[in-house]
Amino acid sequence: MADLQKLTIGKAINLGLRRAMEEDPKVLIMGEDVGKLGGVFRITDGLQKDFGEQRVLDTPLAESGIIGTAVGLAVRGFRPVCEIQFEGFIFPGFDQISSQVAKLHYRTQGKIKMPIVIRVPFGGGIGAVEHHSESPESLFAHIPGLKVVSVSNAVDAYWGIQQAIKSDDPILFFEPKKLYHSGAMKSEVDTEATPDELFKSRVVREGTTATVVAYGPSVKVALDAAAAAEDEGKSLEVIDLRTLSPLDLEPVFESVRKTGRLIALSEAPSESSLTSEIAARVQQECFYSLEAPVLRVTGFDTPYPPAKLEEHYLPDLDRVLHTVDRSLAW
Amino acid sequence: MPSEHWTHPEPGDGPAAVAAQPSPEQVIAGLRATSEGGAELTQLLTPEGERISSPRFDRYVDDIDAEALKGLYRDMVLVRRADREANAMQRQGQLGIWVPLLGQEAAQIGSGRALRKGDMAFPSYREHGVAYTRGVDLKEVLGIFRCTDHSGWDYKAHGFHPYTIVIGNQVLNAAGYAMGQKFEGKVGDDDSEATICYFGDGATSQGDVHEGFVWAAVYDAPLVFFCQNNQWAISEPTERQSRLPLYQRARGYGFPGIRVDGNDVLACLAVSRWALEECRHGNGPVLIEAFTYRMDAHTTTDDPTRYRLSDELEEWKLKDPIERVRAYLARGGGADQAFFDQVQADSDAFAAELRDYCFNMPEPPPDRIFSNVYAESTPMLDAQREEYLSYLDGFVGAGEH
Repeated sequence: MADLQKLTIGKAINLGLRRAMEEDPKVLIMGEDVGKLGGVFRITDGLQKDFGEQRVLDTPLAESGIIGTAVGLAVRGFRPVCEIQFEGFIFPGFDQISSQVAKLHYRTQGKIKMPIVIRVPFGGGIGAVEHHSESPESLFAHIPGLKVVSVSNAVDAYWGIQQAIKSDDPILFFEPKKLYHSGAMKSEVDTEATPDELFKSRVVREGTTATVVAYGPSVKVALDAAAAAEDEGKSLEVIDLRTLSPLDLEPVFESVRKTGRLIALSEAPSESSLTSEIAARVQQECFYSLEAPVLRVTGFDTPYPPAKLEEHYLPDLDRVLHTVDRSLAW
Repeated sequence: MPSEHWTHPEPGDGPAAVAAQPSPEQVIAGLRATSEGGAELTQLLTPEGERISSPRFDRYVDDIDAEALKGLYRDMVLVRRADREANAMQRQGQLGIWVPLLGQEAAQIGSGRALRKGDMAFPSYREHGVAYTRGVDLKEVLGIFRCTDHSGWDYKAHGFHPYTIVIGNQVLNAAGYAMGQKFEGKVGDDDSEATICYFGDGATSQGDVHEGFVWAAVYDAPLVFFCQNNQWAISEPTERQSRLPLYQRARGYGFPGIRVDGNDVLACLAVSRWALEECRHGNGPVLIEAFTYRMDAHTTTDDPTRYRLSDELEEWKLKDPIERVRAYLARGGGADQAFFDQVQADSDAFAAELRDYCFNMPEPPPDRIFSNVYAESTPMLDAQREEYLSYLDGFVGAGEH
């Protein structure tokens, strides 16, 4: 029996966390302000009230401490879900993530499992001060032993967080903070459905002129661009990557074989990034199908600028359409 | 120590400020290796092998009769012999590197023997003696340094976490584990458990150690922080880590700190038992600073003659952790020459067994590179594995080996 609820991404994650906690008493939520306040974005709202302070931990303010103690709790058999307030604050925890979370399973030949989820609100467009708008996901996708996903809609948010928590592998869960409470991004979530596999990308709009691949907050930009392109008589296929490590590029290859053109879209700087990896793999797999080089629309190779400039920095609909035109002109 | 590193009170700070500031010399005297560890040093067996009484800690070693002490002596001799053998094997090119424990046997055996089966120990990378007390086969430890493995033992069965090479990481991991023990209600009754975490004086400068102190304190985690202050973090002396004796730092976090003679196995056992009991009763963490000395190099890649004087080593040799137990046992008649000879023979056999194993240690097959990266592997990794193994297969029959 379908149980449909119209949810924002933020509310979907909240409900997903709640359900995971109900199903497994070993699931813990830990982070700064996640308890009484419900997190700075209120994503964990109400959970401490219902599950208690021992399952929703308002921790001291230190990211290495949050991740490092989560490692010990995982060794003990818990399934910690850590919240990092903003992506720009994850770096004090980078050591624990790369040295312990990512490697303990390998180092012990599987004797120790690291069922840890690290939730990271990421991306720009909220007019914030520095360290509050970045896209560092490529850094984590580069580390063997970690899995990285990014959701773009409420359905994936609801199911994805539960699947991530159930996974015995450590997962960085990148959440598009700009879209947390977006009414435009509300969607109906069937809380009784059988969800898609977590580590699969998906064609979210079919088209024939060119392919745009995106993830997280950029999926909305890609879809907006596709809608605008339609008015110009161009048909864009949009793929939501969803999983950043492992990358599931088969649907992208298939799409490129059909359209002959690929635009990789991301807010992150372009150099040595996920879009670089996509470009490399697509030219390797689809060399004879390409009508133009893989082009990228990304943030610039600069630190994130002051927010008064972010409209220039962040890829928008016009930059995507411009890049589609460049591809078509090849 | 250059004087510009020390902040002197300004005249305007007033007499109280002047009085509160120890001179650089006083601070160094409290920290340096050649000091006696200060008036606060807990000791039960002097370097000369005399048993001294401690009203506070005697009761924690009431059960250690001559037989039990002989056991501790044997433990120390065996791990030292194994350590020396491994050091020699590294020199012969049989190990990639070795991390000597020479001089720290009492700290490791004393604290390790204080643990119960249900406890968990989080080592750094020098805790071969603790590994031994937890029943870990030192052959498996050797695999790390012969570079055939990262950690061979079953951490759960032995209550001994994998070695941690990144300085201080394990302190937070231990804090989390101990929080888990607390959350599971494993404190305050007969079923209680505790965690012990090992780190060095150098690690106390790491943020993770500070954060571990904070976490363990605010969650009342049953965690004993066991700092082996062996005076040197590679070439950096203790006064490069702290202006305060390390055990005194605990006060700032709100839990007890104690300095024990790290070369006194009886004192290390007693103080560790006390600290673990505090944890089991739910009183939260304890910091133990085992005041000891690394008598060999940091690792076999190191050359301590570049940064420390031989006088210092000579002075510490007089405080040898094994010799004082031997003197006590011999003087009190608890052990005769036959016992000492037997222990020596046992340790030689132990070392020979290690050597034999090391020389014949099987090398892991290439597909091991790809195994257990994830609990659930990924298509990309599977493809990489398949491609590489098939590439290797191409050499078979082509005269290549």
